[in-house]
Amino acid sequence: MAVTRLLFAVALVLTSIQASIAAQLPEDRADAMYHSYQGGGMSIDGPSILVRKKIGSAVSVSANYYVDSVSSASVDVLATASPYKEERDEQSVGIDFLNEKTLLSVGYGQSNENDYNAKTYSIGVSQSFFGDLSTLSFSYSRGDDEVGQTGNPDFLEQASRANFKLGWSQIASKNWTFDVALETISDQGYLNNPYRSYRYLDASAANGYSYATEIYPSTRTSTAMAVRSRYYFPIDGAIYGEARVFSDTWGIEAQNYKLGYTQALYDNWLLDFHIRHYAQTKADFYQDLFDRKDQYNYMARDKEMSTYSDLTIGLKVRYLFKFAPGSIVNASSLNLAWDHIQFDYDDFRNVLVNDGAGQEPFYAFSANVVKAYISIWY
Amino acid sequence: MNKLVNAIVAVGLISTLAACSQTPAPEALAQQSNDDAWLTPWVKPYERENLNKAVMSWDLDPVANAYMHHVYQARESARGAEGTSGGGCGCN
Repeated sequence: MAVTRLLFAVALVLTSIQASIAAQLPEDRADAMYHSYQGGGMSIDGPSILVRKKIGSAVSVSANYYVDSVSSASVDVLATASPYKEERDEQSVGIDFLNEKTLLSVGYGQSNENDYNAKTYSIGVSQSFFGDLSTLSFSYSRGDDEVGQTGNPDFLEQASRANFKLGWSQIASKNWTFDVALETISDQGYLNNPYRSYRYLDASAANGYSYATEIYPSTRTSTAMAVRSRYYFPIDGAIYGEARVFSDTWGIEAQNYKLGYTQALYDNWLLDFHIRHYAQTKADFYQDLFDRKDQYNYMARDKEMSTYSDLTIGLKVRYLFKFAPGSIVNASSLNLAWDHIQFDYDDFRNVLVNDGAGQEPFYAFSANVVKAYISIWY
Repeated sequence: MNKLVNAIVAVGLISTLAACSQTPAPEALAQQSNDDAWLTPWVKPYERENLNKAVMSWDLDPVANAYMHHVYQARESARGAEGTSGGGCGCN
């Protein structure tokens, strides 16, 4: 099962309710991307297609189609189940209305797979002021999910989600911009993964432990705040950075930082390099190995609930084709991007190594993410 | 979350009430006019050439950006306040 509960913001992909330099309609463009994620026993790839088009001077519409083809033999799957394959399709549409310096955006998205269906609705507004140097934005989205379980037709659970986001974007100088964003997300319902298990000491088991289905709280509220900034250098390059802090009612605290540099070359080329670091503490109800079955009310062994960090190094290259004025297509670009991510877990052990219960080495893995895409502006 | 919403509403109400309850004297209006002049936007539209270049855009690659948020959201517990928002995943 894919963790599609994270779909709650899918419709926002198509809208412009995040803070931007000024309230304006998105450009007319189309993007077709092939994406690939390989790492930790997971292989996920598929296409993503986005089309945006203005209707008159005040309305812009957009549509996105996205597919994940998943082949999984991750450490979680190998510990308690068998490798599997599945596909997830996602469709979303959006519409933006511009009235002077106010942009109203509405979106809808849905995701479907064999054991999980999700729908998301979103609305947002942004307002430019102070000579378009400042933009304030607010958005709200709601997600409704249906959680199933393969092989168990009687299993059907519900989860819902609401998120509120405030954004402020500021032009600080003719070379410098920064954004601040604050987002609160509230979940309710069945929030765990029905396929994931916690493990507990069991003297009657051959390897000293057994598994039982995880039990999560039925509510979760999280708050995240982020700042990001870009600064232009007269050599046609820009340095940028992002920082985010996060906490939730499950006891998880996280921070991530990103630093990058983008350089334009010879009118047509664009190169980008970035590095990103993320770290989090574990959830209050996470343990790698519990003392006994049903030890606590809530029990989890999801590695995403553990204490860990990851480090990303990424590169991107773009070549831009420019067409003569009056052409149907104004410009087009070919893009290739690669990110390498290293995950290191501090209290999640690799049970595929049989070193005795609770003595296994801590888990670690790396992943490669590739994106190849073409963009067209018209 | 309710506290956050309440705080935002409270700040808005206080600002509105404060603005309504004060009737500035003519001298104050003159001073305010001078202050407004100081507060005029300091980057003119014709000075934003650099800001409009591709290297300064956060949204140059909306599909690729959304996908990377999706990759991180699937594997990290932190969520929200991204520059752009991502979708679901296949992520076990």
